[in-house]
Amino acid sequence: MSVNIKIRDAVKRYGDNTIISDLSLDIKEGEFFTLLGPSGCGKTTLLRMIAGFNSIEGGDFYFNDKRINDMDPAKRNIGMVFQNYAIFPNLTVEKNVAFGLKNRKLPADVIQSQTDKFLKLMQIDEYRDRMPDRLSGGQQQRVALARALAITPDVLLMDEPLSNLDAKLRVEMRTVIKNIQHNVGITTVYVTHDQEEAMAVSDRIAVMEGGDIQHIGTPKDIYQRPSNLFVSTFIGRTNILNSKLTVKDGNAYVVLPDGYEFKVDTIKPEEMKDRDVIVSIRPEEFVVQEASCEGVEAIIDDSVFLGLNTHYFVHLTTGEEVEIIQESKIDSIIPRGTKVSLKIKDEKINIFTEDGKRNLVIGVKNDLDQYKKD
Amino acid sequence: MVNTNKKDVWKLISIVVIILYAVFLIYPLFQLLKESVVIDGVFTLKNFVEFFSKNYYLETIFNSFEVSICATIITLIIGVPLAYFYQMYEIKGKTFLQVIIILCSMSAPFIGAYSWILLLGRSGIITVLIEKLTGFQMPTIYGFGGILLVLSLQLFPLVFLYVSGALKNIDNSLLEASENMGCSGVKRFFKVIIPLCMPTILAATLLVFMRAFADFGTPLLLGEGYRTFPVVIYDAYFGEVGNNHSFGAAISVIAILVTAVIFFLQRWVNSKFQFTMNALHPIERKQIKGWKSWLMNIYCWGVVMLAFAPQIYVMYTSFQNTSGKIFVEGYSLMSYKKAFDTMGKAIENTFIIGGIALALVIVLAILISYLVVRRNNFLNRVIDTLSMVPYIIPGSVVGIALVLGFNKKPIVLAGTAIIMVIALIIRRIPYTIRSSVAVLQQIPMSIEEAAISLGSTKLEAFFKITVPMMANGILSGAILSWITIITELSTAIILYNLKTITLTLAIYVNVSRGNYGVAAALATILTATTIISLVVFMKVSKTKEITF
Repeated sequence: MSVNIKIRDAVKRYGDNTIISDLSLDIKEGEFFTLLGPSGCGKTTLLRMIAGFNSIEGGDFYFNDKRINDMDPAKRNIGMVFQNYAIFPNLTVEKNVAFGLKNRKLPADVIQSQTDKFLKLMQIDEYRDRMPDRLSGGQQQRVALARALAITPDVLLMDEPLSNLDAKLRVEMRTVIKNIQHNVGITTVYVTHDQEEAMAVSDRIAVMEGGDIQHIGTPKDIYQRPSNLFVSTFIGRTNILNSKLTVKDGNAYVVLPDGYEFKVDTIKPEEMKDRDVIVSIRPEEFVVQEASCEGVEAIIDDSVFLGLNTHYFVHLTTGEEVEIIQESKIDSIIPRGTKVSLKIKDEKINIFTEDGKRNLVIGVKNDLDQYKKD
Repeated sequence: MVNTNKKDVWKLISIVVIILYAVFLIYPLFQLLKESVVIDGVFTLKNFVEFFSKNYYLETIFNSFEVSICATIITLIIGVPLAYFYQMYEIKGKTFLQVIIILCSMSAPFIGAYSWILLLGRSGIITVLIEKLTGFQMPTIYGFGGILLVLSLQLFPLVFLYVSGALKNIDNSLLEASENMGCSGVKRFFKVIIPLCMPTILAATLLVFMRAFADFGTPLLLGEGYRTFPVVIYDAYFGEVGNNHSFGAAISVIAILVTAVIFFLQRWVNSKFQFTMNALHPIERKQIKGWKSWLMNIYCWGVVMLAFAPQIYVMYTSFQNTSGKIFVEGYSLMSYKKAFDTMGKAIENTFIIGGIALALVIVLAILISYLVVRRNNFLNRVIDTLSMVPYIIPGSVVGIALVLGFNKKPIVLAGTAIIMVIALIIRRIPYTIRSSVAVLQQIPMSIEEAAISLGSTKLEAFFKITVPMMANGILSGAILSWITIITELSTAIILYNLKTITLTLAIYVNVSRGNYGVAAALATILTATTIISLVVFMKVSKTKEITF
């Protein structure tokens, strides 16, 4: 049985130090929800408040309609996967998985069948009698997941579960996690600082910074229409250019630092006025063309060939450095020092207020807005 | 080419170390074995037959096992919860508490016995007081109960220190994981924490058992009719009723066999509990309130004060006036004056003999640990095994073996300070080697290789690079060795004479003669030296870890 999680006005303090002030959040039943942010943003703190390992200084936490603020961690029926797996080193794989079931005093045959089921599901059946120190990182990860799921928890919490694995295994395991979560259909809260990982596994993501949530949305919404400058720079790579917005004849134009001007049709009507703005253009939102074409003038500084794509590092005539990603072409890579012209895919770019706090472009979906009190 | 014909200097060191072990360990033990089975040049098992056919002797083995096993169980019952409370929860004044616990474990074994005699002995202050107030006769402290009390209070700090170390190695997430799966509180203590600490608990069990089994001072002072094994060994040597060296040697051999069996038994049991732990996030102490907090604080402080209070009382009596052998009204430094007048030599000897032994232990331990860790070959594996041999030999047996080995030609050392130094080195070196090995294993070989590739010789690389890196670990190990050296009794008591008497021996002599004032003054000096050494240790050691 899965639950939805409702958090209202959560506060976390260590002494006089407020880590989280006034945070609200809804996680839907069966959803794969990720808390994403740089280290120290409060994501693990929030997860541990849900788990019951951190005290809650204010606000309310609900599983469905049940308030869990003061409930013992052992009673919350939570499955948790720890960053370092927390596998009992003195127990075999099988006994690790059966540990939580034994604590529930279930009949022996139920424990056995449930343990077998999850050992098989996580494909660690053949290691059942091994001690944990004879398992690889990926196998330990599978044990941790099997153990967390075996107790059929209401909620699965995962605290940076892949951060101890090498890059290739990380990609493999995130697929495993995503599929298992989908099959079991359990409400999952996942913590990571790796934005690519977050996008690969999540139904929705909450981007956190400084103890506050900046944006809640699907991976696509967050990447394409970030709510503010922080989200846009934290999720994926982007080029930031201080520019100006001018309105002529009811149309909005962006004027780049070097004076190049182009029309944008995506500005919210109520934001249409002359102003300083910050333009965020992702590397793939530029198209490199021959210098004679119309576009922003730029000079190639360096290039990196990565197979599928080629990255170009260029500078504009006014000195700004810009990164561009192009699909690799069969003909030669553009040599250093070449003058080129950059076309901008204007419907994709994002334009922020001068302070970076608001996106001026239509189509921003931020589930955080429902909690705004003003 | 460089030095191709010059032999590796470490090989030379290996050979020297082997020779030292052969002369000062194997040869005396061989003499001991020979003495036990050869009488008047004829091979005989007469001594062993005598031992096993007389109830009197068998009973001492039984007594030793009885008191050691009981003491071990009690120390575990006291020590494990103490360590658990200490590491898991905020106990008031926890740093101070730990210092006292360490101090309890460091004090000379029989000072505990002596102080309990002062409190609960026939004319002990509490005995007299209770009898006066209630007319109730206190149960006697002499015999099984008294030995058990003193050994338990003496040895539970070892369990505490061991288990505390293990608890520090448990990752907090393991506890959270178990809580998550519905296992918390008392259930978690038994199902998760105890199993995780099992290897350490077994190690502590062995150590406590060995110490209790080999302990000599406590049953000597408190045993009276209740005779234990080490006392019989001593009596066979120095007993008033005709000493029989050959028989003493036979009992010593039996003692070694018993401890060896227990040692290997423990190894075997321990091999069933092999796993590795490392704590990324160590356990954080929790704040607790209300009656639980009260109970925990009362328990922790109660146990520790019970163990330490008698020593405070000894210190107190050292400032009391004495008349002849009894304490009288008023306070002065009389006892100290007497102590310096009669036993000044003992204080001097303690520092000279102890200091020389300590210096040699350190040098040997560094060299041997290097051989064992960095030069893994047959010769050095032999050294590794030899280095553990003294670990299982009771102190009084070491003393007897040394007497038998060096009281006749070719090497005569009996009665000299040299034999005292050798005895202390043999007794202490297994521990110091273990701790040096642990330190050295943390230092990567590549650092030394870098020095060699930059033109240092192998010895230069070791002494200029590795030894300085080991220094902190070695220094803290050395201070602990120093404390155990100055409180050593069971070996020295067999080897000493008036010229080589040390502080612990002087205390023992004065207690047995009934000069309680002088004994108390000397004991206070010893305790003060221990405290100062400990304070230095705390300042020097970054880890604050105590290993034995």
